[in-house]
Amino acid sequence: MTIPELRSYTADDLEAAFGELASEVHRDATELDTPDRVEAFRLHWLGRKQGRLKRIGDAWLKNAPPEARKELGIRFNQLKQQIEGVLSAERLDGRNRESVAEALDITLPGIRPALGAEHPLIRTMQEIVGIFQRMGYSVGVGPEVETDYYNFEALNFPPNHPARDTQDTLIVARQEHKPLRDRLLMRTHTSPVQIRTMENQPPPVRIVIPGKVHRNDAADATHSPIFHQVEGLCVDENITFSDLKGTLDHAMKELFGSQVKTRFFPSFFPFTEPSADVQISCIFCGGKGCRKCKHSGWIELLGCGMVDPAVYDSVRAKQPGYDPRKISGFAFGMGVDRIAMMKYGISDIGLLYSGDVRFLEQFA
Amino acid sequence: MKILSSWLRAYLPGLQVSDRQLADDLTLRGIAVEGVFDLGPRNGSLFEMDITTNRVDAMNHYGIAREAAAIYDIPLLPLAAPLPGSQPVKQPFPVRIEAPDLCGRFTARVLRNVTIAPSSGQVAERFAQLEQKAISNAVDATNYVTMAMGHPTHAFDLDKVEGSIVVRRARPGERLKLLDGTERTLVADDLVVADEKKALGLAGVMGGWDTMITPGTKNILVEAAWFDPGSVRRSSRRHKLHTDASHRFERGADFAAPPVASAMVSGLILAAGGELHGDPVDVVVPEIAARTAERPAIPLSLQEVARILGRTAEGKALQAETVERYLAALGCRIQTASAADYRVSLPSWRLDLEREIDLIEEVARLHGYNHFANTLPSFSGSVVELPSAGKENLVRRKLLAGGYTEAVGSTFCSASDAAKFSHQPNVHVPLGNPLSEEVGCLRPSLLPGMLAMLAHNLNREAADVRLFEMGTVFSGTTDRVQERPSLAIGATGFAIADHPHFKGRPFTFYDLKGIAEEVLSGFATRSLYFDAFPAATGLMPVWLQPGRSARLVVDGETIGFFGQLSQDEAQRRKLRQEIFLGEFDLERLYRHSLREPAAQELSRFPAVVRDFSFVFPESIAWQSIADRLRALNIAELRSVGPVEIFRDEKAARKTATLDTGHFSLLLRVVFQSHERTLRDDEVQGWWERIAAALQQLGGAWRDKVR
Ligand SMILES: [Zn+2]
Repeated sequence: MTIPELRSYTADDLEAAFGELASEVHRDATELDTPDRVEAFRLHWLGRKQGRLKRIGDAWLKNAPPEARKELGIRFNQLKQQIEGVLSAERLDGRNRESVAEALDITLPGIRPALGAEHPLIRTMQEIVGIFQRMGYSVGVGPEVETDYYNFEALNFPPNHPARDTQDTLIVARQEHKPLRDRLLMRTHTSPVQIRTMENQPPPVRIVIPGKVHRNDAADATHSPIFHQVEGLCVDENITFSDLKGTLDHAMKELFGSQVKTRFFPSFFPFTEPSADVQISCIFCGGKGCRKCKHSGWIELLGCGMVDPAVYDSVRAKQPGYDPRKISGFAFGMGVDRIAMMKYGISDIGLLYSGDVRFLEQFA
Repeated sequence: MKILSSWLRAYLPGLQVSDRQLADDLTLRGIAVEGVFDLGPRNGSLFEMDITTNRVDAMNHYGIAREAAAIYDIPLLPLAAPLPGSQPVKQPFPVRIEAPDLCGRFTARVLRNVTIAPSSGQVAERFAQLEQKAISNAVDATNYVTMAMGHPTHAFDLDKVEGSIVVRRARPGERLKLLDGTERTLVADDLVVADEKKALGLAGVMGGWDTMITPGTKNILVEAAWFDPGSVRRSSRRHKLHTDASHRFERGADFAAPPVASAMVSGLILAAGGELHGDPVDVVVPEIAARTAERPAIPLSLQEVARILGRTAEGKALQAETVERYLAALGCRIQTASAADYRVSLPSWRLDLEREIDLIEEVARLHGYNHFANTLPSFSGSVVELPSAGKENLVRRKLLAGGYTEAVGSTFCSASDAAKFSHQPNVHVPLGNPLSEEVGCLRPSLLPGMLAMLAHNLNREAADVRLFEMGTVFSGTTDRVQERPSLAIGATGFAIADHPHFKGRPFTFYDLKGIAEEVLSGFATRSLYFDAFPAATGLMPVWLQPGRSARLVVDGETIGFFGQLSQDEAQRRKLRQEIFLGEFDLERLYRHSLREPAAQELSRFPAVVRDFSFVFPESIAWQSIADRLRALNIAELRSVGPVEIFRDEKAARKTATLDTGHFSLLLRVVFQSHERTLRDDEVQGWWERIAAALQQLGGAWRDKVR
């Protein structure tokens, strides 16, 4: 074992010489892959009599001028700490190395608890309902089998309206002997619950109505005889068309993000006047135009309007408070399936009603 | 409907905006332009329109031009119908309306010595641009006028008309061959345009074959009339004839239009030769005029406009002069009743306007919906939760956490499934017009749908499935349908899939029972038990496999049935994997309130555990053992549970460790007191009582058996 030469006791030379020794310790430390080698390393550097540190220390201190002794002492101490640091790390590591056979392959898959998946329709419906609940709306529900009266007549549909045709509406069998208004059918929209709500409750009313509805539509990628709607109704003194606009603008921003814009178009529904269709700025392209919005920058999403006075007339016998000269209100309705399909990129409406776990488990 | 921008511009000399801008502005006012197609330089654009059914007045070029004039506040040229002078006649052409309730107006013009030729000039040009098939000048003229101003007219070959024109109800059984070549048998509710001998056409729907214009036609009678919308609709439906004319008449035509339409048609035909004979005949039914063109003015107050519409984007109510300008541009005449109240006379072409709210809508529409402010209303009412909302959430939450995925199935099922799965025998509700027999009934149970969904998955190689559905089931009759909320659970395949770290295991009856117990634990119940009945009793549903299914009873009321799908049913549905399913009556479950968790004080004293290894005959159910030990009334008995159950596969063989018809049970009981540490002697006493009770039940110590 050779003692490295120390050229002089100047700060620069000390720095260089101790740097050399630190590198040597570092090099030795990389080869400590068995407990024997760790022990050899310890003896080599820290051995009481023959240890390298002891011998270099003796050699260099022997000729050191008194003013350099303190500096030398500090530097030897630092080197000793470095060596002890290596050894303490090795000791811990060595303990683990003894159980190599028990080491885990942490890249194997974890054991995930098998949770069920929420249905995208129910999830979307709850999200929409939640938005309106936070705006002070109560939740209402109604029957899926309705009378012609609640589904059409009370909502101001004329007797010959095309929606009343059995080509559009699924009807319960053997209704022919009944007066038209009493005939049972699968509700075609959640709007009948507007009438049922107002019959049971004087104004003011704020209600949001989620539900399943049916139409006599053969199934294809965009049509299903079964679909879901969320309906809303707000009636009070001084409810205006600008309130309708503000409410839906707020709701769409909550549902799709604050960057979304709305625009309103005149439309026609028997139970609202003025009636409007609402478009939102395309959530896919931000309004620049893309395939999803047919390059218009806008997506049509819901229908709405001010409640037609004729609708109040339907409930005034039971609730005289719905006097169209004193109160006013708005109603809106949206297709949950379409919104869910848009939000989650679902291209076939049939998947929503298939119970296909490969599809549904994506929503877990 | 197709519209030419160049045709619109012909009525709007002051129109400055581009076609695209025009299309956007119309769309934002409810006159929807769905597509804009460039027709090349100087030809303008073709607009593909989608006009809502209430706006029949805008289903033509002039009507749309009128909207544009109102939007931009620019002049609209009157409809021009130049006609040559007429030859004098001794008597006007005789026209008689015998059904004045169904025909409000009938005009007739006689054209003689006409030339039937292909259309030329502007008509031919516009037909080409609209890709409208040209037939001959006379036929094209009527179509052209419909496209120009929206009023359907008809041209008869006058030489085939015998005597006067009579507008009357058809004679029951009367036959009429129509222009489409079909022969129809009419009923008394059909309105016909006839001569003295025969019906010439189905009024407002389609003309007749015998009097149609042919290349040899010399003399023409031009009909322009106003027919009752309901009558036209009924005839159109009855004969399944939806024509352009019926489409317009059944939505309410313009009562003032017939003379203008008649003049336009006549002028176009006469352009190729011929002369006009006599003055136009115009028979008007005053009662119908009073209901249409001359209907009384309606009131409109500015206050009401503001009350319904609210504030504009500028934060103000609409101003009086703005409201007046919009209404005037639509053809309304406005009289001021007082400072803020008007009486508004309505244009003859807008039969859809009847009430004040209709006028308010028009004002909003022309102002542009997007030029109103977005405001949020204040609210004085209270918010109410649905009584079952929290319960529904809890059930859904437990099932999702338990690994069941929510599904939404069909509302309908076949009649045979309805009969099989109905809770009351033979009670189910058929649809009158189902899409197919497979979906011919309202579902009396969620299970047919659940089985269809399980099969759907198995057919797609998804073998491990756990689903639930919460939905409405239907009972009652076609006279009175009852609805109630229901929960179905269905599962098949592995409950825990094979994993690199352990072996999986199949779904069992006890998984299904466990999730039912878990859901029920969220509700406050006094008593809860599961039982089963032999097949012979008929008390278990036929779709369940006897011996592998159970009924759930809560507080004396049946809440549901569940278990393994019967082998018969599985075979019928070609389901080779074991299927577990159940249905639970949520209406009954929701009558129980949610369990309010209450913390129990934890004992500070040690528990003592004792095991009992016993052999029992198979006739002893676990429930009877548990009940018997509970009946010992040992206050310090904390819990009793089966730790291990062993049934010897080799029973009846020599090597068997158990007698035939027996099973061994390792039972664990735990004793603990809240007040003190238990003494050995008292634990020993309980141990002896328990062992004695087990022996009384027919049990024997396992070691002693061996
Ligand atoms: Zn887009």
